[in-house]
Amino acid sequence: MSPILVIEQVLNGLQSGVMLFLMAAGLTLIFGVMGLINLAHGALYMIGAFAAAAVAGATGSFLLGLVAALTASAAAGALIEASVLRRLYGRDHLDQVLATFALILILSEGTRWLFGSFPLYLDIPDWLSGPVRLPGGIRYPLYRLAIIGIGLLVALGLFALISRTRIGIRIRAGEADREMIGALGVNISVLYTLVFALGAALAGLAGALIGAIQSVQVGMGEPVMILAFVVIVIGGIGSIRGALVGALLVGLTDTLGRIFLPMLFGLFMEPTAATTTGSALASMSIYILMAAVLLVKPTGLYGSAG
Amino acid sequence: MGGRRETMVNALLLAGLLAVPLWALWADEPFTITLATRVAILALAGVGLNLALGTGGLVSFGHAVFFGIGGYAMGILAFHAQNYTPLIEALSIPGTKSMPVIWAVAVLASALVALVIGALSLRTSGVYFIMITLAFGQMFYYFTISWPAYGGEDGMSIYLRNSFPGVNTLVPFNFFAISYALLLAVLLLVGRLMRAPFGLALSAARQNEARLRAVGIDPYRLRLSAFTLSGAITGLAGALYADLNRFVSPSMFSWQTSGEIMVFVILGGVGRLFGPVAGAALFILLEHFLGGISEYWHIFLGALLLGVVLFARGGLIGMLAGEEVAHD
Repeated sequence: MSPILVIEQVLNGLQSGVMLFLMAAGLTLIFGVMGLINLAHGALYMIGAFAAAAVAGATGSFLLGLVAALTASAAAGALIEASVLRRLYGRDHLDQVLATFALILILSEGTRWLFGSFPLYLDIPDWLSGPVRLPGGIRYPLYRLAIIGIGLLVALGLFALISRTRIGIRIRAGEADREMIGALGVNISVLYTLVFALGAALAGLAGALIGAIQSVQVGMGEPVMILAFVVIVIGGIGSIRGALVGALLVGLTDTLGRIFLPMLFGLFMEPTAATTTGSALASMSIYILMAAVLLVKPTGLYGSAG
Repeated sequence: MGGRRETMVNALLLAGLLAVPLWALWADEPFTITLATRVAILALAGVGLNLALGTGGLVSFGHAVFFGIGGYAMGILAFHAQNYTPLIEALSIPGTKSMPVIWAVAVLASALVALVIGALSLRTSGVYFIMITLAFGQMFYYFTISWPAYGGEDGMSIYLRNSFPGVNTLVPFNFFAISYALLLAVLLLVGRLMRAPFGLALSAARQNEARLRAVGIDPYRLRLSAFTLSGAITGLAGALYADLNRFVSPSMFSWQTSGEIMVFVILGGVGRLFGPVAGAALFILLEHFLGGISEYWHIFLGALLLGVVLFARGGLIGMLAGEEVAHD
């Protein structure tokens, strides 16, 4: 295998990792601050993708599509937080799982009713399409490179928001002791809605960015959401740093596994058997990674309590 | 375990589930018999999950694994039998079309997998447990999709329903009777188990783990046994479901299947022995009637589920029987 192939695949893994981070960061924030397990996070990702595809399709502008994705997913997030999820903060996890499962049914079928069962397509804008030449003679799609850049920028912004700003102080205080910050005069329910909308907007952004690479369809969010769950279980629930490390680990393991495991088995097996075994094992690799992490640290790499 | 009113509701449920296909037999409505069979089988899957979720407090979002393993146990055994190829070449063990053998294999295989998944997952608790069981479900789902030997993504069809000694299983009512009898047997077993020291201790582990430890019982082993048994029951249901459809596919392993089994339990009433029966019946009724009205009936199902979670936590049985079960 050539070094160029390895670098390309590492970049692909990074790209899938930073997108997973956008999903996982929202999930882990929402869990850390409100103690809520939100299965409907994948539906917010889907809403972002649909909003981007619809608006970009109508106006022809990719940037307007991104703005629409952020607005629509944040608004949808704030709406379901204020109408339904707010009632579930004190409840046990089973109730939260079911209510958010119910929300998936409503949001997915609602989207199917609005847009139909056929996938929509979101085009990569001209100024981001085509390959770019990297040092060492590697040609890599500019759009995927841009996604990596946007993902890393958002990650930096999020760390700055949490550690440097007043809102961030409140979010961290909300994680540590929600009664105390309520007593200190912070309007908790506004803070909660805000955190939820922020998490939703991150999911919507990821949906819109990925929507230009894959087709935009109902049910696109749930596989990504489940991967994001794996990410935050590996990283430790509630930890943003854990989400970043976990997302990159999962993105790289998944992408590299799919390419290199069949090759690895090809060294000592016949080609067809190697492809089958390798790709079957690759499809399971991140779950094996998760099981391995949990055997060593049951609360994840950066987690504190279960 | 529930008051007199709940016992009456339960008896009515069982009688109703038997009366509907009997009527359909008289009125010559084979499709209604199939619907009733689906209720009995899905209820059985729910009874399995309810043991872990309701009694044990173990919120498993991965019971599709056991449902799927049961299904594939039937699929693989019948596939080799119908193609006259050996199941394990080296030992020349053949496949089989005999239901009792298939059930035994389905129960053993799903129990074994539940033991392994449980042993790993029960090291964690709370949200971690939910997410890990969900992830194990995905692992099996993607594995069956990428493993081509048994149909891969397309699944596989079995031409003829499997056989049961002395019964013509091709007659829809006979297959309903088999499923119904198995549901009754399992309800009886689980009902006794819930009143036995094992069930009481399992319930205690959910309510107050520290006290259970204080009297010298290890909650981990208790939960692992419950999770294994729970997986075995859901696995049996999976084998029956595959036989009903004469078809298995990776979608049996999907997270939606896990979610639906959970929905039966919740709609009926968590921790109530007959909750899954009521829940599965309601689910099939909704699917049949709402699905007839609108293609988008999942919106209504979602709204109903949301209503039950927010406002009616005892589920259907809770509403009919009134009395609260001990719930944390």
